[in-house]
Amino acid sequence: MTTERWDNDPVLTVEHVTMRFGGLVAVNDLTFKAGRGDITALIGPNGAGKTTVFNCITGFYKPTMGRLDLAHRDGTRYMLERMPDFKISGKAKVARTFQNIRLFSGMTLLENLLVAQHNALMVASGMTVGGILGIGGYRAKEKEAMERAKYWLDKIRLTARADDPAGDLPYGAQRRLEIARAMCTGPELLCLDEPAAGLNPRESAELNELLLGIRDTERTSLLLIEHDMSVVMEISDHVVVLEYGTKISDGTPAFVQNDPRVIAAYLGVDDEEVEKVEKQLDVLTGEAG
Amino acid sequence: MEIFLQQLINGITLGSIYGLIAIGYTMVFGIIGMVNFAHGDVFMVSAFIALIFFLVLTTWLGIASVALALFLVLIIAMVLTGLLSWSIERIAYRPLRGSFRLAPLISAIGMSIVLSNFIQVAQGPRNKPTPPMVRDVIVLTDSNGYAVTLSYKQIIIMVTTAVLLAAFWYVVQKTPLGRAQRACEQDRKMAALLGVNVDRTISLTFVMGAALAAVAGTMYLMYYGVVNFSDGFVPGVKAFTAAVLGGIGSLPGAVLGGLLIGLIETFWSGYFSIDYKDVAAFSILAIVLIFMPQGILGRPEVEKV
Amino acid sequence: MTDTAHATSRPGPDYAKAAKDALLAGIIALGIFGPLVGLKTEQNMSNELIVRNDMASALIIVAIVMAGRFLLSAFVFPRMGARGKKPTVANAIDEGVKPDRTKLYARLGLLLLFLYPIIVVSLLGFQGSLKWVDNFGIQILIYVMLGWGLNIVVGLAGLLDLGYVAFYAVGAYSYALLAINFDLSFWVLLPVAGILAAMWGVILGFPVLRLRGDYLAIVTLAFGEIIRLVLINFRELTNGSAGISSIPKVTLFGIPFDASPDGFAKMFDLPLSSAYYKIFLYYLILLLALLTAYVTIRLRRMPIGRAWEALREDEVACRSLGINTTNTKLTAFAIGAMFAGFAGSFFAARQGFVSPESFVFMESAVIVAIVVLGGMGSMIGVAVAAAAMIGGTELLRELTFLKAVFGPEFNPDQYRMLLFGLAMVGIMIWRPRGFVSARQPTAFLFERKAVSGSLVKEGHG
Ligand SMILES: Nc1ncnc2c1ncn2[C@@H]1O[C@H](COP(=O)(O)OP(=O)(O)OP(=O)(O)O)[C@@H](O)[C@H]1O
Ligand SMILES: [Mg+2]
Repeated sequence: MTTERWDNDPVLTVEHVTMRFGGLVAVNDLTFKAGRGDITALIGPNGAGKTTVFNCITGFYKPTMGRLDLAHRDGTRYMLERMPDFKISGKAKVARTFQNIRLFSGMTLLENLLVAQHNALMVASGMTVGGILGIGGYRAKEKEAMERAKYWLDKIRLTARADDPAGDLPYGAQRRLEIARAMCTGPELLCLDEPAAGLNPRESAELNELLLGIRDTERTSLLLIEHDMSVVMEISDHVVVLEYGTKISDGTPAFVQNDPRVIAAYLGVDDEEVEKVEKQLDVLTGEAG
Repeated sequence: MEIFLQQLINGITLGSIYGLIAIGYTMVFGIIGMVNFAHGDVFMVSAFIALIFFLVLTTWLGIASVALALFLVLIIAMVLTGLLSWSIERIAYRPLRGSFRLAPLISAIGMSIVLSNFIQVAQGPRNKPTPPMVRDVIVLTDSNGYAVTLSYKQIIIMVTTAVLLAAFWYVVQKTPLGRAQRACEQDRKMAALLGVNVDRTISLTFVMGAALAAVAGTMYLMYYGVVNFSDGFVPGVKAFTAAVLGGIGSLPGAVLGGLLIGLIETFWSGYFSIDYKDVAAFSILAIVLIFMPQGILGRPEVEKV
Repeated sequence: MTDTAHATSRPGPDYAKAAKDALLAGIIALGIFGPLVGLKTEQNMSNELIVRNDMASALIIVAIVMAGRFLLSAFVFPRMGARGKKPTVANAIDEGVKPDRTKLYARLGLLLLFLYPIIVVSLLGFQGSLKWVDNFGIQILIYVMLGWGLNIVVGLAGLLDLGYVAFYAVGAYSYALLAINFDLSFWVLLPVAGILAAMWGVILGFPVLRLRGDYLAIVTLAFGEIIRLVLINFRELTNGSAGISSIPKVTLFGIPFDASPDGFAKMFDLPLSSAYYKIFLYYLILLLALLTAYVTIRLRRMPIGRAWEALREDEVACRSLGINTTNTKLTAFAIGAMFAGFAGSFFAARQGFVSPESFVFMESAVIVAIVVLGGMGSMIGVAVAAAAMIGGTELLRELTFLKAVFGPEFNPDQYRMLLFGLAMVGIMIWRPRGFVSARQPTAFLFERKAVSGSLVKEGHG
């Protein structure tokens, strides 16, 4: 067993995590590490338990067993399995998006991004009292928050629609907005649940760029669930494969791609998925040759 | 011991009435996820219908047999109350199906106000005392001056409830209507795609719930011998409590919950204080909802993220 | 015979179908109104219950139902169908007034509210103004204030509270008991009542706020009833159903409104009249209501207010953004309760008498109805709904001329709540999202654009 890059400075360490729903074992003794500054992809067939892993990391479910350890750059560590969901986001700085988009659809894009900065603004408004009375530096802080929101709107190229309701956006734009909203919380680790689902090829390429930008300029580590192999292979540094809740492979994209167990898992699923994998293999061998 | 036995009998009687009303709440909630706030008032109206027809049958038409009169009254009340509930669903709820979630609830609250005030206007605000319909009682035990009695009224209530519940159970479990209902409960869109007439099924659910409420209304009138336009609210809330306690959406749960609420209420009155018996019922509602919102026989609701 | 072909080929109404519909409606109406209206139960001289035949009234109602159904089937529904789906009527106005217009309307409304007593007095004199200032002005403003208070909980945070009147009761009883037992003035007790009500909001809110959907509504209803039943049964403290009377009046910073030498009238050398006190109360409740509005408007632009609205939109997403949803809900509950507490202590001081009768579930239902009918979250909508529903039903008391039409024993007052209920149902069907459904955003980069009501979520609680 060689030590990989992500073993040296992991941002997230998942150890022996098991999640049961009644008799169903959705996640079975899962152990992996996500490296700091990496894009780690979590892949697997439908129902493999990927979203459940996310829910355990972000506190929406309490794992039946196991440990989830998050380490900040400054060395502070958080035991996620013991924290309530809002603290995982607020204190441990883990942000996430959802498989079926959850925006505040009746609020404008700007408002969505301001809500994401709630905790900082709450402190600035002196827990509202100062803000109401107009004392303390709330105004300045709110301006700052608007600037930050604008920065992210620029990044996702939706600035012109800042004052439109989020529910009016087309699907792809909603996905980007959800990512921007998560980034507005200033996360150490960003968890994205199928961000490329339902995007057209152009949007998908833009998304890749956005994610690489988040990794490189914001220096945020990413954990990514994705079905679209082209996205996975193109941008991820590290891939973890789940099947029926159990990890069946873990390594670099190239390693995982040639892992016979992964191929078997995908071949065993359905034609569409098989085709995808085969195409990937073709692309890869084509590139190599 | 005597007190215990007597309260047990009284509690089961009262609980039968609550259970019958509770089924209406539970079925409607199960199928369209709505608290039919007007159901308690539908129950009250049914008691008025029963009262009116009992008087008509005995005084105008001169039917001497109380049993026959009661039987006819029961049938008429079930039919007319079903009709009333059908109209209410048609007018006040159906146009709002699938819209803003609070709209049907507000509409139902409005309907509840309409029903009770309509009866107040049409039949007057005073209590309506009926002459006792069934008087006989069976003395079960009689020791040191405290007689435990089981009245014919109570027997009628328990037997009618049991028979109707059995018939109702058969309808829900074994007939195409019941199957359609369960299909709509699971997934209304899918049911519609598979050829279930969803609107009709929902309408019939309202009618069935109302018919059982009419049974409860008739029994209530016979048992207490008095009814008032404002009598819908408290039994309504208690029956809803029963539905929640038993696990909303579950039919046996509604009956079980009704019996439990009836027993708790009578025992509380018997052993503690009558003053606080409603406080007890409402507290149970709050406690159950807070600590076990799925109720006794209900399925827990999981939220998938 | 399909509908579309029909509509294009022959636009004339289909009378045969309408007649069939009307007949059916008539049969159903006869089944329902025949016995309930046509057969009246009454007590005769010897106190026996008898049935009196009043089929004529029932038949009139049946005829009205049939005529109404005929008109609907023949003319109204086809026209709606031609314009697309049913809710089009509402959609036309749905996009709402432009924000600048709203502001104008709000200002004009405000001006009118401040001038209202002066206008009434100048038109009807002091004595004649009493009824209009008290029964209409003050009464409506109390409900406006309650509506605005509950709007924070239901309209902004999306938590359906059916027991709001409990906090109103806490405010009223706090003022009544503390004023009588400790001889404290209204101005001291107003904040105390608000704080006590807020405290109760937190105490009751804490266990229930993790409940979802209709369950929250039902538990709050239960709590409301429990508080009322305790007020009835805890006779040592509250004097039970008899209530508490001779509650001290409000003073104008120490100047009482009575006939005493240092009373208001003597002090300003005015003739004695109870109208001054009423007008004073009017301005007091107006200021209290405006305080509620001001605080709400400010709060909406604070992080807490945005968090409330976000909570209404999607609670799970809120938690994923690090928002402590329990605390956020509790603050909404507590602040809403606080305003109910203020309104309650005003109510107690105005009536001089409180009893549990005033805090029945129906009051909560009326307040919730006002908030939902107004359009959740919209201050103007809520005010309009309060004025329409409360003012409208109060106005019914005035329709004494109807006695001339329906005979002397006709009492329009009886029909107040009946019409109130019908209006609730009717407005919901007409506009399920209330009068004003558009939402004003709380911040903007370039321009403030109203958000269409169809995108705004209603919360789950
Ligand atoms: N709250 C829950 N209660 C019961 N079972 C659940 C719950 N959440 C998830 N499951 C089950 O756990 C298993 C894994 O689900 P999960 O959503 O994690 O899969 P996934 O890998 O994200 O699949 P997909 O690619 O379709 O999103 C499924 O069988 C699912 O039905
Ligand atoms: Mg998933």
